[in-house]
Amino acid sequence: MNFTQLTPDDRQAMLGTVGVERVEQLFADVPAESRFPKLELPPALTEFEVGRYMAQLAAENASVKDWPCFIGGGAYNHYSPSAVGHIMGQPQFYTAYTPYQPEVSQGTLQASFEFQSLVCELLGMDVSNDSVYDGASAVGEAVLMAQRITRRERVVLAGSVHPQWREVVHSYLAARDVEVVTSSVSMGDTIEEERLVDLLDDTTACVVVQQPDVFGHVRDLNGLADAVHARGALLIIGVADPTSLGLVKPPGEWGADIATAEGQPLGLPLQFGGPWAGLMACKSEYLRQLPGRISGQTTDADGRRGFVLTLQAREQHIRREKATSNICTSQTLLAIGVTAYLSLLGPTGLREVARQSHAKAVYAANAIDALPGYRALTPRPFYNEFLVQTPLTTADVRHRLVERHILAGVPLFPEFDRTLLLAFTEQNTRADIDRLVSALSEMSV
Amino acid sequence: MTSTVTSVAAGVQPEPLLSELSRPGAPGHQLPPLDVPQVEDLGGQVLRRELNLPEIGELDIVRHFTHLAQRNFSIDSVFYPLGSCTMKYNPRINEDIARLPGIAHVHPLQPDETVQGALRIMFELQNVLAEITGFSAATLQPAAGAQGELAGMLMLRAYHLDRGDTRRNRVLVPDSAHGTNPATAAMCGFLTVPIRSDGEGNVDLAHLRAELDDTVVGLMLTNPSTLGLFDHNIVEVTRLVHEAGGLVYGDGANLNAILGICKPADLGFDCLHINVHKTFSTPHGSGGPGAGPVAVNANLEPFLPTPVVVRDDNGEFALEYHRPKSIGRLKAFHGHFAILARGLTYIRMHGADGLRAVSETAVLNANYLRVLLSDFFDLAYERTCMHEFVLSGRRQKRDSGVRTLDIAKRLLDFGIHPPTIYFPLIVEEAIMVEPTETESRATLDRFAEVMREIARECSETPKVVKSAPHHQPVGRLDEVTAARKPILHW
Repeated sequence: MNFTQLTPDDRQAMLGTVGVERVEQLFADVPAESRFPKLELPPALTEFEVGRYMAQLAAENASVKDWPCFIGGGAYNHYSPSAVGHIMGQPQFYTAYTPYQPEVSQGTLQASFEFQSLVCELLGMDVSNDSVYDGASAVGEAVLMAQRITRRERVVLAGSVHPQWREVVHSYLAARDVEVVTSSVSMGDTIEEERLVDLLDDTTACVVVQQPDVFGHVRDLNGLADAVHARGALLIIGVADPTSLGLVKPPGEWGADIATAEGQPLGLPLQFGGPWAGLMACKSEYLRQLPGRISGQTTDADGRRGFVLTLQAREQHIRREKATSNICTSQTLLAIGVTAYLSLLGPTGLREVARQSHAKAVYAANAIDALPGYRALTPRPFYNEFLVQTPLTTADVRHRLVERHILAGVPLFPEFDRTLLLAFTEQNTRADIDRLVSALSEMSV
Repeated sequence: MTSTVTSVAAGVQPEPLLSELSRPGAPGHQLPPLDVPQVEDLGGQVLRRELNLPEIGELDIVRHFTHLAQRNFSIDSVFYPLGSCTMKYNPRINEDIARLPGIAHVHPLQPDETVQGALRIMFELQNVLAEITGFSAATLQPAAGAQGELAGMLMLRAYHLDRGDTRRNRVLVPDSAHGTNPATAAMCGFLTVPIRSDGEGNVDLAHLRAELDDTVVGLMLTNPSTLGLFDHNIVEVTRLVHEAGGLVYGDGANLNAILGICKPADLGFDCLHINVHKTFSTPHGSGGPGAGPVAVNANLEPFLPTPVVVRDDNGEFALEYHRPKSIGRLKAFHGHFAILARGLTYIRMHGADGLRAVSETAVLNANYLRVLLSDFFDLAYERTCMHEFVLSGRRQKRDSGVRTLDIAKRLLDFGIHPPTIYFPLIVEEAIMVEPTETESRATLDRFAEVMREIARECSETPKVVKSAPHHQPVGRLDEVTAARKPILHW
């Protein structure tokens, strides 16, 4: 099966126009010894056959549509209204190119402008871009941005930031002479973390915290921004589950200079890890250091409102090696999905998602904490996720729950190997939570 | 009484912003009643007060986005000969596959035993991408081509450092390269050294030789180049770089021209990123998501980002994280899986012969248009091209004062998306045309006719071209004010 449309007669006529007899002659520039190699690939399938094959592979996976899912750790199984998928499924969105020709891309550009507006509102920030790859790379870009703004070479990471986000920061900084200091986290009766303000000095470019943190704790960040700014550093706040912002103060109100978030929980399918969208916003004074594509409002010669990609002098296709980042694509289609989700939910809906996710987590924590051998480790308050000490290893518990067709726990903390990180959303019914609790109680020793 | 009601065609009428459609109190999406006790344990010091999201009913939201979609060009509606971007048809079966519950609704941190099908998709794709490009392994982690470049260049860096070779900090980049190449080199802390193109569009060998020494990390090379040309001297180019101890990074933006025609590894490349959204037909999504796997040879394999999908002796698939020399991770989890699944679907439908037919047809379509258009536009290089070619609008600019930008805007009026313009930077008034293999001869012929008509307008009625577009929802927009006084949200 292929998707070419030329007839044999077309080919003959076109070869004639070009002035060759056979199509192979068009490849004379390719070294003869390397030309037309044999590709050892499985035989071609028709559409019907490939559909069946891929469906078989898909069926080998447990889907969160079929099994109760209590896995979080940076991706959350919130409900996405049907209209979100249908809006992202509009072919004039998904088969369109980057809006470099604004006259024929007003749909995309306006949707991006609306996305930026909603991100500013949700995160409490002044300006936003049209998204980066995901929440993790958004943190990586934010750290690079802080380094450009402050021209300093030291980064303080909270140990309670998602371990994969921290890994991305390390990869993004690998080639730079930057010291990365991470606060230590220890497990006593609860999770305890070294004070971030004690790690600050006058060479620090930025402090990165996650809110709620990776263990689910909603941190009281009052005063942190002042302490960070007093040292001339910037505060970066990352949000893993932005539905929390229906309840919790946004990064801007905590005094963040740069705010990031993973967009997946806002209506995007889990998709085994992507594609999702990274939200990234900042204070207006740092706009020209913000990487990524940005849509701006303007007018045409007749005074009609229109939108264009703007401030492109920051970007790689103009500035090349002097660009703010090498990023060349945003996650526009996913950003459109987030925009649709936030409009469908509205303020009441998003607050309700947050209220329910939070209430279900508290219900579960109370029940699990009462089980022999289990103890909730995340300090209260938490949002929709908490870490619990378990009698068995994380891997054992996860495996035993799979036997009961329950998905729970994450393999993110090898240093705390008898813990389970559990996450809850409005989709987890009381009955499902009771099943989880009862399954865990059977593993008590 | 004056009516405020007007009648206009779909897509032409201005669409209000979501904030303008909002009506306080409009019913939104509803959730089931809470089935556990209500909790109010978040104190005032952490609680949010204001949340100003729009309030709009579902029908009006759906109509809003439908109206916005109508204000876009897309592959599904028009021809998109956008050089370097490879706007080929996006097969619908890919979309069906990506929406299967076992693909769309799987959490990335599920235990391996519950995601064997997903891991198999990744494992198979790693293998077929390595086979197609001639390399020994591939990573699927990078989110897009530019992140693939970052992964590749960090691997080159790690390779040199692992050998104790700490002096290398210069990256050679031809002057025809994408802007991402120098930007990536800069992100890796390297200095960029531009290398000239010779009169035929190849890498200038004399200049390359002059810049090569033991401080060179490597060469970032797009072949076929952004000029749509296959470098005659490619084997010599890669040999020279290796002789100086450097490596050759392949920008795979144009891999779609050489599927089954040659394997980049055989030409001396050490690694290559692959734009799944170009070569393997996944949708561009109005500007993302992409996916940027990187295939590498055995020298670079230890440095691949984590995780890599492996298969154990029992035939079980697993994510391997423990790779001591890895450059680490560049994003959360395992890459753009739903894009990768589409890519595998496309490759499995084509097989070896089908992929070769893709490239052969793309190259035939491009050469056919090159010959047709060369009657009325100057060609940047008088050579057989690969999947794309570059015209110059210099004749039109000189004779009638019509710029390439004007020609691009005039094409919009004929319902054709313009080619890429003003790139590559080394061609004056560049017009870069890439028809792709999926277009019919009738579409190519119509495009040539339209270009002939615009060329005629340039000499006879240049004002019509200079003031285009005439039939779009908005005219040319004031980009200068947009940048000077940015309005970036409502």
